[in-house]
Amino acid sequence: MRPNDRRYTETHEWIKPDGETMLIGITDFAVAELSNGNEGDLVYCDLPEAGRMLDAGETFGEIESVKAVADLNTPIAGEVVESNMATEEHLEILSKDPWNQGWLIRIRPNAKSLDKLMDAAAYEKFLAAHKH
Amino acid sequence: MKNTPLHDVHVRLGAKMVEFGGWSMPVQYGPILDEVRTVRTKAGLFDLSHMGRVRVTGPERVAYVEGLVTCFVAKIPESSIRYGLFCKADGNPIDDLLVYKGKDEVFLVVNASNTQVDLDWMREHARGKNVVIDDQTDALAMLALQGQASAAILQPLVKDCDLAKIGYYKFGFGTVCGIPNTRISRTGYTGEDGFEVYVPKKDGVRVWEEISAAGKAHGLAPIGLGARDTLRLEAGMPLYGHEIDATHNAVEAGLNFGISFAPEKGDWIGRSALERVAKAPTKRLVGLKTDGPRVPRQGYELYRGAEKLGYVVSGSVSPTIGANIGTCYVPAGAGNPGETCEIVINGKRQAATFCALPFFSRTRK
Repeated sequence: MRPNDRRYTETHEWIKPDGETMLIGITDFAVAELSNGNEGDLVYCDLPEAGRMLDAGETFGEIESVKAVADLNTPIAGEVVESNMATEEHLEILSKDPWNQGWLIRIRPNAKSLDKLMDAAAYEKFLAAHKH
Repeated sequence: MKNTPLHDVHVRLGAKMVEFGGWSMPVQYGPILDEVRTVRTKAGLFDLSHMGRVRVTGPERVAYVEGLVTCFVAKIPESSIRYGLFCKADGNPIDDLLVYKGKDEVFLVVNASNTQVDLDWMREHARGKNVVIDDQTDALAMLALQGQASAAILQPLVKDCDLAKIGYYKFGFGTVCGIPNTRISRTGYTGEDGFEVYVPKKDGVRVWEEISAAGKAHGLAPIGLGARDTLRLEAGMPLYGHEIDATHNAVEAGLNFGISFAPEKGDWIGRSALERVAKAPTKRLVGLKTDGPRVPRQGYELYRGAEKLGYVVSGSVSPTIGANIGTCYVPAGAGNPGETCEIVINGKRQAATFCALPFFSRTRK
């Protein structure tokens, strides 16, 4: 079971309340899809500058593997407070710990409700239904 | 989606399966870059049973294929193979292929994604010709063994055929894993020495397993389409849909070795259009290398300052070169080796250097 202290999107991001702000990252599934379990397959990650205003659903960055480039999207609107430079520079962190160390951006949300997003159980179901 | 005879083997080996040209194919069994290194240093085994295989027989077979393909079929020695393309009248290719010239046959190997288009094209132009077109794609499994250890691995499994006597781009027939009269060609899409063998569908799994077992001591591993794409790009080989397609012709792609304008070849579909291109090409295909983290990918534009220079058609991380590489189109005369440009990736720029193709070439014996 994936962590239940956060919510999930259909594009495999997670978002977790952390005091007045929220952390956004990508799930282990997203990392596996990109890297196929090989941390060396991730080659690049681009995260936004602090202060950037994001709309719900907006692409805030990109992550690239040997095979493909994927957009990083925020499920909620808000202001980027901080980007995780450690992850940007050491992509292997995403393979080791996508849930904590591997967060991507910290956002100050315009509204705090995450009710529209999936909880861990719903995300598991979503993955099971979309497994090919 | 179609499965090759090896489908269950791939799944059992833990391959990641993807759709490719209408087939479910293994894109990788392990890390793609490791698979590339395995082929460059040892040997790799590929399932290519998705490739279209078409056998043309009948008294007019050579003249018939001659009128459709860019290479000079009548001049191909028996048991030799040439690269060629099928073109439309405008000179743009509908596919590229290998032409095997046999004693009483012309055997064609075409791309999976274009097989039906090719067959329709061939049948349309066969009207009134004394030829028989036999689509053998579903009847045959096709395996490729690529890498320096290939001959050492395969020879013990082959009776009545000395692989050392089959030169590069030549083929012969032998008993492979007990299957008599099996087509064996010294061809591949990796830039390495290697062989491609064509066996009846029902024998595909057994031959795969016998080659795998024989290759164990040589470090042989199964290789997916992901690594195959990197290997062919390093070796400067074109892929339909990238370097060549309905708007990118073979002359500007630098594939002149596969095109004959010899008068004795006579007319072939696309000839006059390609002759015009050859006299005044507007663009050309060149290599691109970058030390930046991002990988050149099809569709990215190339600039130098404010000037647009061209666009990328293929790209990959290259473990052999130790850089990210790509192929790109630039105006004829531009993109000389050593000249620089910037790849534009989602609004950001990454420095790159043009270079000659291929990126990798192994001297042949």
